[in-house]
Amino acid sequence: MLSRDQNLPIEKEVVIGLEKLGFTDAGSAYLPEKLYSIKSLLTLKTWLILIAAGLLIGFGTRYAGGCTSGHAISGLSALQLPSLLAVIGFFAGGLIMGSFSISSNFLNLCVQFIYY
Amino acid sequence: MRSIYLLLIGIFFVIVLFKSEVASWFRIYEMFQFKSFHMYSIIGSAVVLGIIAIQFIKKLKLKSFYGATITIDPKEKSYSRYLLGGMLLGLGWDLAGACQGPMFTLLGAGFFSILIVIFSAMLGTYLYGRVKDYLPH
Repeated sequence: MLSRDQNLPIEKEVVIGLEKLGFTDAGSAYLPEKLYSIKSLLTLKTWLILIAAGLLIGFGTRYAGGCTSGHAISGLSALQLPSLLAVIGFFAGGLIMGSFSISSNFLNLCVQFIYY
Repeated sequence: MRSIYLLLIGIFFVIVLFKSEVASWFRIYEMFQFKSFHMYSIIGSAVVLGIIAIQFIKKLKLKSFYGATITIDPKEKSYSRYLLGGMLLGLGWDLAGACQGPMFTLLGAGFFSILIVIFSAMLGTYLYGRVKDYLPH
């Protein structure tokens, strides 16, 4: 009942960029089929990406002493400077993974890695 | 009774995460491309509401349901652990398109591949425990 509508109004520019990378379901699915469908689990690459992502999240969260909602929402709301540092860290990490240009960053390499 | 409150708060939180599309890989991707205001508006409004709520809690000296006055201890001062740890989490967040809350949201929404991320995140916290003495904090 709550999950019927899976069409997300993703920014057009992003949709076009993802289409070039072989992600044809941006805007019409909640998650990319290439990464999260059961079928995509038949390839080792999908497993590698998901495991690497999980390891980074678990390790980083404990190292930073909090997760995204813990630091970015609760910590910032309590005006804690360490949380601001952690949030800067989140965005530094996110930027390295999905940096400015759509053609030459690490996330896109990973994305292409899944696709080809 | 407390467990029921906790359960209801958790359910509400996860519904918000799912419906606000925060648990969508595409939304996270879009956020880190700086191409859309969507995620920033959600985080921003959450922080504004959070600041107001915390000021109320402090002014009115509200008690938690354990009966104790709610106090927020200042976090220990450091740069490296927050910046480096945050960066690693950021890398994983963008790659998986989900962080802790959304992971369980997606599991509940029936995306079972997320179990791989959940289990490897647990392994990641264990690995941190194994190597933390060698890391700058």
